[in-house]
Amino acid sequence: MNPMTKTILVRLFAIFTLLIANFAHAQLRVEIAGVGANQIPIAIAAFGDESIAPSQISAIVKADLARSGYFRIIDTGNVMTENTPVNYADWKGRGANAIVVGSVSRLPDGRFDVKYRLFDTVRETQLSSMALSSQPQYIRVAGHKIADDIYLKLLGVPGAFATRIAYVTKSGREYRLEIADSDGEGVQVALRSNEPIISPAWSPDGTKVAYVSFENRKPVVYVQDLVTRKRTVVANFKGSNSAPAWSPDGSKLAVALSRSGSTQIYVVNADGGNLRRLSNSAGIDTEPQFSADGQSIYFTSDRSGGPQIYKMSASGGDARRVTFSGAYNISPRISPDGKYLAYISQRSGKFQLYLLDLSNGQEMRLSDTARDESPSFSPNSKYILYATSEGGRGTLAVVSVDGNVRQRLSLQAGDIQEPKWGPFMK
Amino acid sequence: MRTLTSVFILSSALLLAACSSTKLDDKAPVVDHSASGADARSVGTVNTGTDPLNDPQGVLAKRSVYFDFDSYVVKPEYQSVIENHAKYLQSHKDRKVIIQGNTDARGGAEYNLALGQKRAEAVRKSMSLLGVSESQMEAVSLGKEKPKALGNDESAWAENRRADIVY
Repeated sequence: MNPMTKTILVRLFAIFTLLIANFAHAQLRVEIAGVGANQIPIAIAAFGDESIAPSQISAIVKADLARSGYFRIIDTGNVMTENTPVNYADWKGRGANAIVVGSVSRLPDGRFDVKYRLFDTVRETQLSSMALSSQPQYIRVAGHKIADDIYLKLLGVPGAFATRIAYVTKSGREYRLEIADSDGEGVQVALRSNEPIISPAWSPDGTKVAYVSFENRKPVVYVQDLVTRKRTVVANFKGSNSAPAWSPDGSKLAVALSRSGSTQIYVVNADGGNLRRLSNSAGIDTEPQFSADGQSIYFTSDRSGGPQIYKMSASGGDARRVTFSGAYNISPRISPDGKYLAYISQRSGKFQLYLLDLSNGQEMRLSDTARDESPSFSPNSKYILYATSEGGRGTLAVVSVDGNVRQRLSLQAGDIQEPKWGPFMK
Repeated sequence: MRTLTSVFILSSALLLAACSSTKLDDKAPVVDHSASGADARSVGTVNTGTDPLNDPQGVLAKRSVYFDFDSYVVKPEYQSVIENHAKYLQSHKDRKVIIQGNTDARGGAEYNLALGQKRAEAVRKSMSLLGVSESQMEAVSLGKEKPKALGNDESAWAENRRADIVY
């Protein structure tokens, strides 16, 4: 072939591999599968000059609020900035209880300045306003922060849109620990391995993830700094090391170790030092989880026969049983506000997500699927992210604690599992 | 062809008869040459690496112990697997094994990791009772993370309820 054809072919090949590389960061698809019983109708305008930024702010706000299940989005059909006069009667007439307006401008240093206002059309008053400056690569975070503010002002609970999730994908022989925004965008790969990765756990400040890796032919607990990529071995004692859970102050991790001959709960400093044993039973004690105040640890134990959920002081000692329905209750997760316990229960052969109201002991089943695992609360305690199986493939799902709002998160190819919702970050 | 061969043999015989310095004599004693110097020419074979561990037909080729559902009891039919490897480890003190416990796919990852650990531990304890030293063994779990059989039925599950002795 002549040199020109060769050059063209080489160039085409380079483009082809680039495209493949982009698709290799597989897109996480988010679908709304259920909405809240009551939805606040809210009008959202296009923001002034928002197309100068890499992502459209109003589109992010609309998608976040729609996905939350508690808002019905009304398109204004035009641009309204923070200076555009608002005709309250007009918007009330169009069915909107609230209206969102704003603008985007470019700062001399290259950052974007995003301004927004939230108005209550019924009370005819401004509810909120914000100005955020954002580097181009973080423009989506600015959009999410506006949505968080709207959620807070209208529902009384902080929004969790500007948060991230961690999860493990399995495709062929490759396992990946990935981090994505809570809307499934901005996927980044934190770890690639030919051996399984399980139990990711976010540090309270959201900069590190602990996880269990099987790269040494046995389970070992690592802590990885997401920014610097530095890895620290936190637990590699004789036997199996797993189930890392951070204390709320980020100074230590509870882990499950089999070094004594049976799987028991220990606590260790975040750098791997100062190991102390916390549980002392003859069988299996695992899956420790600190309460938000750091005073208690919930865990799974089979000390009464089948696995049940127990609670003990964060310094160890006597444990009190928490679950009494069903013969198999695992994976305890305590909501950040301390009101609920989420867990997986096996009933009639199905493994399903359940919620226990800790104030009155009432139990509610939250899913209709049969192979649920790894529940994880959003940091505002309103939603639970969990792993499930659909069409024979591992997918993720989100459900609100009232059971009404539902989302499905899936990959085009491969399985997705072991999800963990990250904390609030600045 | 036959005629040619006969001629060849005949002429060779005549030539040999001509060359020989000894007269062929029926009465001459038959000397047995095989006794002296023949042993010095035999070659015996030495096999390095006849480590019984590497014999695909040997008993040590079996390295898995299977378990019933929700059980960590080593069934009698697998006792021989444990005994064979225990014997080997006792006579090869430099060898170490990692015993990996597995579970079937049903249930949570961490709880299954602990169940798999119980299976590995049961095998380790049995070998320890047979005299294998602690320093030669480590019991770990792979839980349900590395299934050998990928189906969603009892035969696949039974294949995965297993502890493997890995050198």
